[in-house]
Amino acid sequence: MSEVAASRAWLPKLTSLSRFTFVDVVLWGLRLGVVVIVVGGTVGTLIKGRYGAAQWLDFLVFGVTIGSVYSLVALGYTMVYGVLRLINFAHGDIMMTGAFSGYFVASHFAETGLLDRNPALAMLGILVVAVTTSTAIALLTERLAYRPFRHVRGLAPLICAIGVSFFLEQTFRGAFGSGIRAYPDPKWQKQAISIHGYSVPLVQVLVVITALVSMSILYFIVQRTRMGTAMRAVSEDADAAVLMGIDVNRVVVFTFALGGAMAGIAGVCYAFVFKQVYFFMGFTPGIKAFGAAVLGGIGSVPGAMLGGLFLGIVESIGPALFLDGIGIPAPYQLRDLIAFTLLIMVLIFRPYGIMGERMAKKRA
Amino acid sequence: MSQTTIRPVRRARRQERSIFARALDIGLIFGVVAVYITVVGILPLINGRWIVVGVLSLGHAALIALGLGAGAAVAARRKSSKFWPLALPSLLAGAVAGGLLALLMLAMQFVNLRPIFIALSPAVQKALTFGLGVPAGPAVLVVASAMLAALGAALALAPAGMRKPVFVGLALATIFGVFQELIQIMMQFGPLIGEVRDAIYTWEGLTPAGALAIFVIGCGGALLWTSMLRAPFHDRLARSALVRRGYGNAVKAVLFVLLLVLIPVVAGSYIGQVMLLVGLYILMGMGLNLEVGLAGLLDLGFVAFFAVGAYATALLTADSPHALASYTALPSLSYWVAMPIAVACSVIVGVLFGIPVLGVRGDYLAVATMGLGEIVRVIVQSDMAAPLLGGAQGILQIPKPRIGGLELADPVELFYLTLAASAVAAYFAWRLENSRLGRAWMAIRDDEDVAQALGINLVQVKLLAYGLGAAFAGLAGSIFAVMLTSIYPSSFQLLISINVLALIIVGGMGSLPGVVVGAVALVGLPELLREFGEFRYLFYGAALIIMMRIKPEGLWPSATRRRELRAAVEGAPDEPREIAAQAAGP
Repeated sequence: MSEVAASRAWLPKLTSLSRFTFVDVVLWGLRLGVVVIVVGGTVGTLIKGRYGAAQWLDFLVFGVTIGSVYSLVALGYTMVYGVLRLINFAHGDIMMTGAFSGYFVASHFAETGLLDRNPALAMLGILVVAVTTSTAIALLTERLAYRPFRHVRGLAPLICAIGVSFFLEQTFRGAFGSGIRAYPDPKWQKQAISIHGYSVPLVQVLVVITALVSMSILYFIVQRTRMGTAMRAVSEDADAAVLMGIDVNRVVVFTFALGGAMAGIAGVCYAFVFKQVYFFMGFTPGIKAFGAAVLGGIGSVPGAMLGGLFLGIVESIGPALFLDGIGIPAPYQLRDLIAFTLLIMVLIFRPYGIMGERMAKKRA
Repeated sequence: MSQTTIRPVRRARRQERSIFARALDIGLIFGVVAVYITVVGILPLINGRWIVVGVLSLGHAALIALGLGAGAAVAARRKSSKFWPLALPSLLAGAVAGGLLALLMLAMQFVNLRPIFIALSPAVQKALTFGLGVPAGPAVLVVASAMLAALGAALALAPAGMRKPVFVGLALATIFGVFQELIQIMMQFGPLIGEVRDAIYTWEGLTPAGALAIFVIGCGGALLWTSMLRAPFHDRLARSALVRRGYGNAVKAVLFVLLLVLIPVVAGSYIGQVMLLVGLYILMGMGLNLEVGLAGLLDLGFVAFFAVGAYATALLTADSPHALASYTALPSLSYWVAMPIAVACSVIVGVLFGIPVLGVRGDYLAVATMGLGEIVRVIVQSDMAAPLLGGAQGILQIPKPRIGGLELADPVELFYLTLAASAVAAYFAWRLENSRLGRAWMAIRDDEDVAQALGINLVQVKLLAYGLGAAFAGLAGSIFAVMLTSIYPSSFQLLISINVLALIIVGGMGSLPGVVVGAVALVGLPELLREFGEFRYLFYGAALIIMMRIKPEGLWPSATRRRELRAAVEGAPDEPREIAAQAAGP
């Protein structure tokens, strides 16, 4: 029993060294290992001085860009989790559906030349189609796959969500092919704009602005509108919300719609940054964004935004800063490794995230 | 509790709706399914396979089945067995279902959908409009599906004594048509069988006469069985000495194993290969079953243990520059020494894998283990580990195991190895299930806090679940490595974890026979129907959703395991929501 007690309290008190078990040794080894790699790598990289200030800025800007996309996806996870206590495993794939539908519109616009003649209108068109598609698919999955499990506890809802994720991926694979399709790459997107003598690709600026605007709108909806208030109430205490006369069903549908819309925007942004779409593209960003949501404290909207940005920046700077310094060849292959390690460390050591522990208590 | 409060309301509402509204719904559902399988490319793909040469392709058979199904669905749960009140509704359902597909055909005629939907080729349009062109083809489609639905309703309402033989006959003919290649290979022995084969098959598939003969034989056999043979057979069985002494199950098991040993001998090495693969998945399924089915630890990083088993075997035995023997003092080991070491490595990795996630519960555990599995894959694939593990190029030239002078090179021989390993593993799994440890696992699955309060050492029990589960996967990985004789990191995708999860869920969580059923259904069948290969993951996804919705306990559940999924429905704390949901409902 003593081992159990010690292993449950994840920060063992060093005063009771007799309760310091093998499990704790491993966990502390894990922590120390990560710290050693991070510190050692940073020191090593900085001493070597292979990267100049401009390169670090590049990494940072790219990190903010990709991080803002993660934030958009993470919002969907965090809101759905808040309302339903369900990990919407298929959320990354809903992002993929947005990117895919946006692709068809974008390539049509690229053929007709609209993308070059009137970029603003074209981008708006792409976003509208992507958001409509991903919202529709999010609502469909909620209605067909998740609603029957509304009151089921245990593993069934999660397993069903995994099934939905696969089903969506494979449906798109069957219908649109398994190959990678190249997103249109109009010239104006490649222009760089100069900020204080430092040039940033226009695409990245646009992605960050789009994400920030969408997140502001979302924040306004969640904080100021009636529906947003209802959403927060359900998230806080679903039973009490029902007693206050809130229609939980409508709140859930609304939440899925909001999450789906954000995922659609994220999908288009992601596709314009990486310039390609394929059926499996949503999986990895989806998992990372879930990590970002947990990092920010699942259920918390500002937490998801910050968590996404943080993850994006760490993932972008990490390979150069931590891994290059300890002499690992081709550190960029290990970008996902950094993101997944962060995800696991958060799940293990701070499942309540960095923004507080309100939700963690409820989970237990 | 909540179920009982909500059901009467829903039922009452359903009865208020007219039969036509329900028929419309059913028609729409079946139509959407038909359009879906066309757009996704399943129908175009299976349309190339004949069931009856020159008459009926598998694609058309699927559509016919959908039409009949729509009618049967309209007739389902009707109390009266009269057909005429249902004639119009079933016609409507069929027409609606066919109409949706006809609309797709019309859309294809006027808009070029091919650049977007790659499956919608002109050949599909031709097949679905029966080569009749535009106004006629879709019209025929609607009329034909309406007639089929009416037929389906009539069949569903027919007395069981008539319906069952027809069903058996159709099923038998379909099986002989779909699996014609395999059955033809099996029928090549012996002069008499060869002549029978030539009578019912051409090289492409069943002849119409052959199909009819099989249908008649199936029908007749089923009739004969139900009317004359069944009762005496059961009687004899019950009176036989072995059953009376309680050896019934043992006899069944022996017969089953004998069948497994004999099939690949008769059916050749292709079937042997498929059965080998099924065997490997059964091994992994039994391992994951310990973790998910018994201990309730949803592990999506399971493929990592499989990879460890495979890589350990490769490193210890391979004749390649990456093998340990080539740069250390270790000798190159024989497979029989390497296999236990590989299993031990998997166990160690399993325990190490389990330690960090000990305190992570439920949903988070699934994501955390998936992350761990992905980390393993990323590292193996990277240049960092390439000097040790071969990177993306993998490790080549793994020798096949040898017994004395005999090299187990043929898939059939490796299948026997897998069969032996599975038998041993199954014995362990069965004993574990009924051991103190097994009950401790079920206790933590049902409620971790209560289990802990009852004195179960959570750390020990959970780590044992990970370690023992990993042992099975390591064994499978070890055989996998010698099966392929070369291994690449791309063979160890997350898809494998999902695959194994899907098969134990389809079979029934926590049920050993369920693992076998699940592996045969999800690994064996897609492998036999090779066209389906690329759609198997679609089926896995669909299977996960459908099983969770319709039959969460699986196809072959173990009696005590339904609680995990079923009992959870009746949760008291959520009741206010239910009531409110009803109150707020339209």
